[in-house]
Amino acid sequence: MKNPLPHIIRQQTLWISPERCIFWEEENTLLVADLHLGKSGHFRKEGIGIPQSVYKADLQRLMAQLYLYKADRLIIAGDFTHSTANKELELFQRWRKDFSSLHIDLVKGNHDILENDWYQSAAIRVHEWKMHAGPFLFLHDLKAEKELSSAEKKAYRFAGHLHPAVSLKGKGKQSLRFPCFYFTADYAILPAFSRFTGGYPVQPSKDELIFALVDDGIVRMP
Amino acid sequence: MPTSAGHTIIHRWLEAKGFRPFTFQEETWQHILTGESGLVNAPTGCGKTFSVFLGVLIRYISEHPSDYRKRKNNGLQLIWITPLRALAKDIGRAMEEVLAELDIPWKVGIRNGDTPVAERTRQKKQVPEILLITPESLHLLLAQKGYPSLFQSLQLVAVDEWHELLGSKRGVQVELALSRILHCRDFGSPPMVWGISATIGNLEEAGEVLLAPLEKKGKLVRAILDKKVIVEPVFPDEIEKYPWAGHLGIKLAHKIIPILEQSRTTLIFINTRGMSETWYQTLLNICPELAGAVALHHGSIDRELRNWIEDNLHSGKLKAVVCTASLDLGVDFRPVETVIQVGSPKGVARFLQRAGRSGHQPGAASRIYFLPTHSLELTEAAALKAALEENKVESRVPFTLCYDVLLQYLNTLAIAEGFDPEEIYREITRTFCYRELSREEWSRLMHFLTGGGNALQQYDDYRKVELTEGKYRMTSRKLAMRHRLHIGTIVSEAMLKVKFITGGYVGVIEEYFISRLEPGDVFTLAGRNLEFVLIKDMTVLVKKSTKKKSIIPSWVGGRMPLSANLGRKLRAVLDSVQHSGSRLPAELKALLPLFDLQARLSHVPAANELLIEQIETKDGFHLFVYPFEGRLVHEAMAAILAWRISRIRPITFSFAMNDYGFELLSDQPIPVDDSNVYELFSTENLFTDIQRSVNSTEMARRKFRDIAVIGGLIFQGMPGEKKKARHLQASASLLFNVFSEYDPENLLLRQAYQEVFDQQMEEARLRDMLERIQQSRIVLRFPEQLTPFCFPIKVDSMREDLSSEKLEDRVKKMQRQLENGE
Repeated sequence: MKNPLPHIIRQQTLWISPERCIFWEEENTLLVADLHLGKSGHFRKEGIGIPQSVYKADLQRLMAQLYLYKADRLIIAGDFTHSTANKELELFQRWRKDFSSLHIDLVKGNHDILENDWYQSAAIRVHEWKMHAGPFLFLHDLKAEKELSSAEKKAYRFAGHLHPAVSLKGKGKQSLRFPCFYFTADYAILPAFSRFTGGYPVQPSKDELIFALVDDGIVRMP
Repeated sequence: MPTSAGHTIIHRWLEAKGFRPFTFQEETWQHILTGESGLVNAPTGCGKTFSVFLGVLIRYISEHPSDYRKRKNNGLQLIWITPLRALAKDIGRAMEEVLAELDIPWKVGIRNGDTPVAERTRQKKQVPEILLITPESLHLLLAQKGYPSLFQSLQLVAVDEWHELLGSKRGVQVELALSRILHCRDFGSPPMVWGISATIGNLEEAGEVLLAPLEKKGKLVRAILDKKVIVEPVFPDEIEKYPWAGHLGIKLAHKIIPILEQSRTTLIFINTRGMSETWYQTLLNICPELAGAVALHHGSIDRELRNWIEDNLHSGKLKAVVCTASLDLGVDFRPVETVIQVGSPKGVARFLQRAGRSGHQPGAASRIYFLPTHSLELTEAAALKAALEENKVESRVPFTLCYDVLLQYLNTLAIAEGFDPEEIYREITRTFCYRELSREEWSRLMHFLTGGGNALQQYDDYRKVELTEGKYRMTSRKLAMRHRLHIGTIVSEAMLKVKFITGGYVGVIEEYFISRLEPGDVFTLAGRNLEFVLIKDMTVLVKKSTKKKSIIPSWVGGRMPLSANLGRKLRAVLDSVQHSGSRLPAELKALLPLFDLQARLSHVPAANELLIEQIETKDGFHLFVYPFEGRLVHEAMAAILAWRISRIRPITFSFAMNDYGFELLSDQPIPVDDSNVYELFSTENLFTDIQRSVNSTEMARRKFRDIAVIGGLIFQGMPGEKKKARHLQASASLLFNVFSEYDPENLLLRQAYQEVFDQQMEEARLRDMLERIQQSRIVLRFPEQLTPFCFPIKVDSMREDLSSEKLEDRVKKMQRQLENGE
């Protein structure tokens, strides 16, 4: 189905969207990870002609989600941009001016290597590797967890980095792979927002929950 | 015979050595003397090199009868294109000997990926008269400043093993290079072009493709040298006990020991690298005294070790070599007296080529043993014999409109001298490959090259090839350097080196295979059992293992489909089983118990029949179809059939296929019966049905990998650029998705689908098959149990899936199955 599915964690209502993001109702906040903005531009700069419409479409999807939920805050769990600065990112800067009231928080990921000035001019609050918000804690790579204090570990964690995808197998060795949201009792991993990203296969165990992105819709499993 | 000074001198020289030229050699010399171009058809090992090479010398001597022994620095006279680096070395040596004996002070240069920089510089300073070169290195020459001056003195371009290059993208590279070399001269007529080819079904066409840039019809010179080929099947003792399926034939290994003992040296051809490892181990196990006298040769084994094996083959020190297609080509190993083919050779041409690797003494017959890997494969022995008798050899179909190779070529030209688009368009549309290239396609390619396809104007950084002073040039040194490293059309899987922890190189192995191993696992490579320790700096470190059990790597690719030619013969052979009675050849007689069982349970199809079996097992409902058209056509047909059936009723299938037939498997009964079966195999709407069967997308995705690498979309990284390079990496599958969604008209994407139709599905062959089926009787049977025919398919299963059920429903269904632990 094309509609978002509700999911409640720590008394907070999360709307899992088929557009690869989560709307956090109580805080009026959109949660995303791995946008990799400027990735097509980076390839193009090196002489590889990736169609730029993939970038435009990613931006438009993000815009549509922000409008849809009338969100006033965007939290990015890392890998907001892909590499060094390029002209594609100027388009984002212009776009940013149309959303000047939006608060943007970025927890830095391994791809977020731009100069501090850039984030400043884009009015993005940068968090070196973690950020608290309500009962939640945001990271980029879940591996950074081991640096957390035991008090911090009580928070429910959100991370990106992995680009999780789930393989569904059926009779006769059939198998298909879809990007997915991955929820365990203590943490969740968001799918990559950008469509110009690959997937890493995850294997959910019994008590874990998957929202697979199938054909523009979303399927909850189990 | 008309004579010239050159003729006289060469004849005298040959006579002094006690040689007499073959008729086809003299014919070729005469053509070269008069400036003709053409194609020489001759098998390896009978002086094909001399036919063209001596022709060039005769012409040269005749033009300079008084001072041919003195003239030095004549500039490049002869380019000799060869597909194999190893061949270049041997041919170069042979040429140097001749030149020394004739006292002609020409230099011979070798140019390929292994040529050291110092040697390249030397060749640049003093251009050798003869250059032996691979297609890839020839393209690299075109990325060199001032390349046109190199070709001004050129007399002749020879293309060795043209049958190997034709029907591959390397062949297209040769076509493109020729189109440039022939036309970049300032004055005079273009150099001659001569191809050298073994026998293939379409020799005339092969010549036409090669000479297309010259725009003239060349001469076809055939060597009439009848060589006898003796085919000996290896029989299992009791056919009933020999496996119905399987692909190793190991059970018959003991039978080849006496064969090895009888002959000086034997080559054992195995179809895949993985199987060759197993065979090598097995031979040593059952006959330990072979240790040291038997070697293993395949594409993943260290080049140095392979060289050592080849040297020892020449000197006759090896009793046997287990090998793959890695020894299909190349110079002859005189000591080889016998060849053993394990499993189906898939085609007559390949079988003939392998047989030809034995028996080099004049008048000696080539002897080849055929060892079946499962019972039914014995029928192929009969089919091969029949085909050889009629001299029915497969054709090599030349490629057309390879946009990827063209893009790469245009980038190459842009590096040093730049190119004038009008001039190049004229040149490439004279080649066979691109003669149908329309203006519209050309401008789209140029748009992709110069503008990077669809872009967001002011927010774009794309700059690759730019117009300056009327020529398109690549101005960035970084991009130019990167492009040079990527020239070529052979795309291999990501490979890692394998080394011992204590030092010592073993070979290379596919990354994806290693990624599935845990440290401590034992695998086999180059005939050794190795324990995986760790991966460091793109190298797999291993140590020797004494464990008996090990994993044999499976290498991607290398699975050739049965040729149409051999398939036809197979159907005829099966037909003969029912009609020939006691006159049956031995290999079919041996199979009679199996055919009887097949007939009892189901049916043995005649040549004008198509057998379909429907069987219910605990796995579900099976539909087996036996067209004998090779696995690729079967794969396509399975997809189309599944699609057509699913329009009768929503139903999901999984597929399996081998070279003889294919299987559809479903959890529901399959609605195929007398009333609809002809319709299901109709040629009507074939094209749209192909496109609708989900499968073509998946196949195109696989094809796109090579195309994306050749076309320059995939950056494979280069030394010293590691970290940044990661930001430039995207899998072919991801690029395929992005282009499909955001630039569906992209030419490279279109090419992927075209390649699927032409090569993967072999659409023409598919259509022929359906037309044949419409004319034949379809026999539907409902056996109670699996039959000898279907068994190998069932075992050798490679599954594809297709569904008309809504994807979501299907996911739910799969999920239910997961939960119920089915």
